[in-house]
Amino acid sequence: MSGSGLRSFVARRLLLGAAQTVAVVLLVFALTESLPGDAAVALAGDQPDPDRVAALREALHLDRPVLERLGDWAAGLAHGDFGTSLASGRPVSRYIADGFGPTLLLAALTVALLVPIGFGLGVLAARHEGGPVDRLVSGLTLAVYAVPEFALGVLLVTVFALRLGWLPPTAVGYGTDLLAHPAALVLPVLVLLSRPVCSLVRLVRAGMVDALASPYAAHARRYGVPGARVRYAHALPNALAPAAQQLARTVDWLLCGVIVVEALFVIPGLGTVLLNAVAERDVPVVQGLAVVFGVLTVVLNLGADVVAHRLAPRAGVVA
Amino acid sequence: MHDERFPGLRRRGLLAATGAVTLGALALTACGGGGTDSGADGGDGGTPKRGGRLRAAFAGGGASETLDPHLANLFADVARAKALFDKLADYGADLSAQPRLATKWEANRTMDRWQVTLRQATFHDGRPVTAKDVLYSYRRIADPEKAYRAKASLEPIDLEASRATGERGIEFVLKRPTAEFPNVLAAFGAYIVPENAGRKAGDFDRNPIGSGPFRFVSFTPGRSAVLRRHDAYWEGAPHLDELEFVVANEESARVNALLGGQVEYAHELNPTTARAHEDKGQIEIVRLRNSAMQGFCMKTDRPPFDDRRVREAFFLIADRKELVDGALSGAGVVGNDLFGKGYEYYAADLPQREQDLDRAKSLLKQAGAEKLKVRLDTSAVAAGFTEAAGIFRDQAAKAGVTVEVRMGSKDSYWSDILDSGTLACYRSGAMPIEAHISQRLLTGSTTNATRWRHKDFDALYRQAQSTRDRTERAAVYGRMQRRLYAEGGFLIWGFADWILGTAKNVKGVETGAPANTLDWARFDKVWLA
Repeated sequence: MSGSGLRSFVARRLLLGAAQTVAVVLLVFALTESLPGDAAVALAGDQPDPDRVAALREALHLDRPVLERLGDWAAGLAHGDFGTSLASGRPVSRYIADGFGPTLLLAALTVALLVPIGFGLGVLAARHEGGPVDRLVSGLTLAVYAVPEFALGVLLVTVFALRLGWLPPTAVGYGTDLLAHPAALVLPVLVLLSRPVCSLVRLVRAGMVDALASPYAAHARRYGVPGARVRYAHALPNALAPAAQQLARTVDWLLCGVIVVEALFVIPGLGTVLLNAVAERDVPVVQGLAVVFGVLTVVLNLGADVVAHRLAPRAGVVA
Repeated sequence: MHDERFPGLRRRGLLAATGAVTLGALALTACGGGGTDSGADGGDGGTPKRGGRLRAAFAGGGASETLDPHLANLFADVARAKALFDKLADYGADLSAQPRLATKWEANRTMDRWQVTLRQATFHDGRPVTAKDVLYSYRRIADPEKAYRAKASLEPIDLEASRATGERGIEFVLKRPTAEFPNVLAAFGAYIVPENAGRKAGDFDRNPIGSGPFRFVSFTPGRSAVLRRHDAYWEGAPHLDELEFVVANEESARVNALLGGQVEYAHELNPTTARAHEDKGQIEIVRLRNSAMQGFCMKTDRPPFDDRRVREAFFLIADRKELVDGALSGAGVVGNDLFGKGYEYYAADLPQREQDLDRAKSLLKQAGAEKLKVRLDTSAVAAGFTEAAGIFRDQAAKAGVTVEVRMGSKDSYWSDILDSGTLACYRSGAMPIEAHISQRLLTGSTTNATRWRHKDFDALYRQAQSTRDRTERAAVYGRMQRRLYAEGGFLIWGFADWILGTAKNVKGVETGAPANTLDWARFDKVWLA
């Protein structure tokens, strides 16, 4: 495919992505508005004195029409202003910036380990297809994949933090300075890694097994091309396209804040911010996060599609 | 060795008896830093040691938390607020008002004017606490433009007419006689801040100045607040050098952090956690009795509960022991359809109500409410709610009543059940019995979830508020409680313990103070051994 073709593909996808993000934001706004109660009710808590709720509503400008509030927020967004939180009056951009650090750190560490482990084990299993190594890897990945994050997290904390005392059980009190306490990151990263590694290993293995069994690999072997070259130069790229897309989904999942892991290990990332904002009916914060998550998803999927496009151009025709 | 679990109960019982005149407690509270403690060390032994940093884990409010004491809403907010600030009075273990920044209060004959004298205390920046600061704080809370939580509690005060009578004297003019005015001074969130503090948004989050036992060091909303000893604290400097509040919303995370030595104090633990670790030697479990009333609220203004026989039948349907064991995992005591077990003025002389299904059935029959169907609103908003609803549904079935349990949204539950529905799960933190009545059981009450509106009951409340003699006043409260016991809208089946965990080296944690009282989450008397 020519360079201009790729450019127009990217441009089309970006336009579509922008439309998708707008749709997500509108949907999130509508859903948050349709939840019972609003920020005033949530703030009033167990003291829902009607006068107090009314006063809160007025103070938060919730008495204005829905569309007007949405319009104001959208106008602000056009200037890069995410608005202010209803619950605290602090800028939403700070909520996002504060929560993004820990989330990004965890995601980066996880991906940094995920790629080599996932591809390494996948290739290893494919090389020994049907052998004991393959069976061990396949069996193990299937078993770990079946364990939900929270269960694995609780198990790891109990064994490695509380029983053996090797690692701290949570990151409580470390705030955003998680890098200064690397030991606290080990368990959360392990939990985050567990399932993505399994799916990646299985994808890579399947892709390589398919490719190695294909006529062109057999042909290459007949011509005396060395086995390593067949495996890494011809078979592996074939497995990369689906793996890249899977990787993009994983990164997206990681960057949107994995609530279970954040709650269990007390890591104040984006998932925690979102959870609190929904409970407080803090619409501006929820919308701000919806924009960020929407943009992230669009960009990551686009990136994966471009990579897949390069590696296996035929898939691009379908997309 | 006596029963270690509730050493404070006995001690507190004694204090309440001798301290019936609220000023009596004063002698106990005066002590120097490093000197003898006010009694919390009785069960722990040893003299307080100075120094160290204590980290306390609470469930918090996320990134929108603030240190503005007047916005305090959650337990974490209150714990931070009471470390940084003081109120004029605060609640003792029996929820009677104990003097704090106020050294004494005196009413005129009609009890609608009160002279309050402040003690000599200083804010963290060295300025003295004056009458002006008090009036500023109360006027800030009462600001009609804002919705501070304590506004309703301060409503009896005519703040326009109230004035400073000197540097440390204030005359409070009240809108009507209020014998329990000291309760107003102790109200949830009625903290004293320096004059003009909090005029600009975010003031309190950058540098909150209070007169409390700890001064501000740093604050990151939703994560941590670090405080340092206030050496000039009027009640003696705290033993700890530093106090850090950290936020961990998951109960399992708080327990793990405590077990792993990352914090020394974990607030709000589950009964199952408590059972798993009690007397295992790893951590200390502290149960604060009578902290949270648990019950069902029946709307007395609509069928079927507008018939008092149906309400009484429901009182008799409840097997309270089963509810406490099932919904609270046994971490609590049974209730007797009255608020405030163990508190001042509680009508402890009324017989404990037991399940009586035959009588319940016959009452329902008399009321023409056989084969009754009721919807019970519940939600995961408080521990034990959904369990209690399920258990009560099964108990009601035995009396021929079909209870249909409906799960509501957790974020808007309290507001949803205020006006709609007929039967709902209900809970309440500790507050004086008088406050429970005035907030929930008078015609003009703002959160009257049982729709209990009776002119003669209102009149009794007014009578109590204009009765100067404490014994006579107690008699009036007794009459009101007998009425509620016989035909009120609150089916109060239990009082939940509030459970804390502490590291083994944490000493001086008061064990007899229900949540929300002065000695709960109080860290100036705590030390690290």
